[in-house]
Amino acid sequence: METAIDVEAPAVSAASAVSLHGVRRVLGARAVLDSLDLRVPPGGRLGIVGRSGVGKSTLLSLVAGLTQPDAGLISVCGEQSASGRLSRCALMPQRDCLLPWRTALDNACLALENRGISRREARERAAPLLASLGLAGSEHLRPGRLSGGMRQRVAFLRTLLSDKQVLLLDEPFGALDAITRGELQEWLSEILVREPRTVLLVTHDIEEALLLCERVVVLAAGRVALELEVEVPRGGPRRELVTGEAFLALRSRALEALE
Amino acid sequence: MRRWWPSLLVLGAAVGVWELAVRATATPGYLFPGPTAVGSSLFSDRGLLASAAAVTLREVVFGYALALALALGIAVILHFSAILRRAVLPLLVLSQTVPTVLLAPILAILLGYGIEPKLVVVAVVCFFPIVVNAVDGLRSIDAELVTMMRTLHGGRLAVFRRVEFPGALPAIFSGARVAAAYAAVGAVFGEWAGSSSGLGFVMLQAEPALQTARIFAAVLILSAIAVGLYALVSLAERLLVPWQEEVAHV
Repeated sequence: METAIDVEAPAVSAASAVSLHGVRRVLGARAVLDSLDLRVPPGGRLGIVGRSGVGKSTLLSLVAGLTQPDAGLISVCGEQSASGRLSRCALMPQRDCLLPWRTALDNACLALENRGISRREARERAAPLLASLGLAGSEHLRPGRLSGGMRQRVAFLRTLLSDKQVLLLDEPFGALDAITRGELQEWLSEILVREPRTVLLVTHDIEEALLLCERVVVLAAGRVALELEVEVPRGGPRRELVTGEAFLALRSRALEALE
Repeated sequence: MRRWWPSLLVLGAAVGVWELAVRATATPGYLFPGPTAVGSSLFSDRGLLASAAAVTLREVVFGYALALALALGIAVILHFSAILRRAVLPLLVLSQTVPTVLLAPILAILLGYGIEPKLVVVAVVCFFPIVVNAVDGLRSIDAELVTMMRTLHGGRLAVFRRVEFPGALPAIFSGARVAAAYAAVGAVFGEWAGSSSGLGFVMLQAEPALQTARIFAAVLILSAIAVGLYALVSLAERLLVPWQEEVAHV
């Protein structure tokens, strides 16, 4: 069995930006994830939904190389080691995790500075992007003075500017009110058209996953309970989309799988 | 200023009561001088007190700076090495049980009667609160911030520079403020153990001469030095940790 996996894995990872094969992760006495298989093609966007505690965040930290699986193989852009995966993934955590002592602009610059780019050059790169996200005039405010929606946008830009191929988004809009949340979902799907990346989006909101991703998996009991191809017309107004028949059908199938 | 007026009012009332009590009981000045007697000593001994204050101020400032540099350096080393932290931190706590009053004469024997033993006493007194708060501050950084840094190309040094150190600044400053209040007392202990100048020396000389008002005047100046250093550190904190207030408002 082991050799079969070893032979198969490189061929799989060549075609996938992210692939998981037979992944098992035990926390305490419970296998949170078990025999999990997932593939995301380069530039693909995979939504991962599931109830709280089903192992969604565990899955992201495994992919990011922050933890190692107890069994199975994970490959990110051909990298299978933890440090290799870490070098390819940028994780946007559930909380925005902005540094309170840095301004919005300098928070966005963090990954650039970590790579040894001078602060001045990093600011020059980040400032126009920050302005394009509707934060013109707020660049020099520290997070304590920014609204929740602004903070999430800065956190996302910070993740994007890491220039990693794979973005792991953990409930990026979970803490926001419904209206801000809807605005940011539209904003994010626009930005991913301009800056295509491979995205794994974890959320407990099925609608959000269907809006932003081409493929959605429902996790239950440590496995993929349902896999949905989202073939709905995009680009139109959001309200028409989420009330469309195809969308509603997908939504009810996903809800059923969650039960 | 508005924040201070209740304290100033209480202080003024206490001084008034003190003067009245001394006058009403006709207590002799060498036993317990009233505020006016202390005030007149401040004026008539101003030359002596000013040169003594200059000596003590130097001991306080340099001793404090020495403590700050050593405490931050050692805190960083202890932060990076878990083994050293486990080995050294309990000993640092233990060292605090040695009374400074006993330490000062030993230092005077070892280092002579110059400024050096005073610097060491001030530094010893100030070192502990800074180092303990700094080590705690560096260790109590939100683990999720460190994880975030690691996925954004952040190496160990970047995590320290951009997350741990700035995050520890509020804790470092609360240690530094406590130490600032101790520094002046440390300098006087040092001077009592052996000196030929400074406010502590002035007190030692005035005591057998029953110049009690002069002792009070010296204590008053010593308090002013302590309050001044404390205010300076608080000002530095407001300038270097401006996000604290903003966070409190969220």
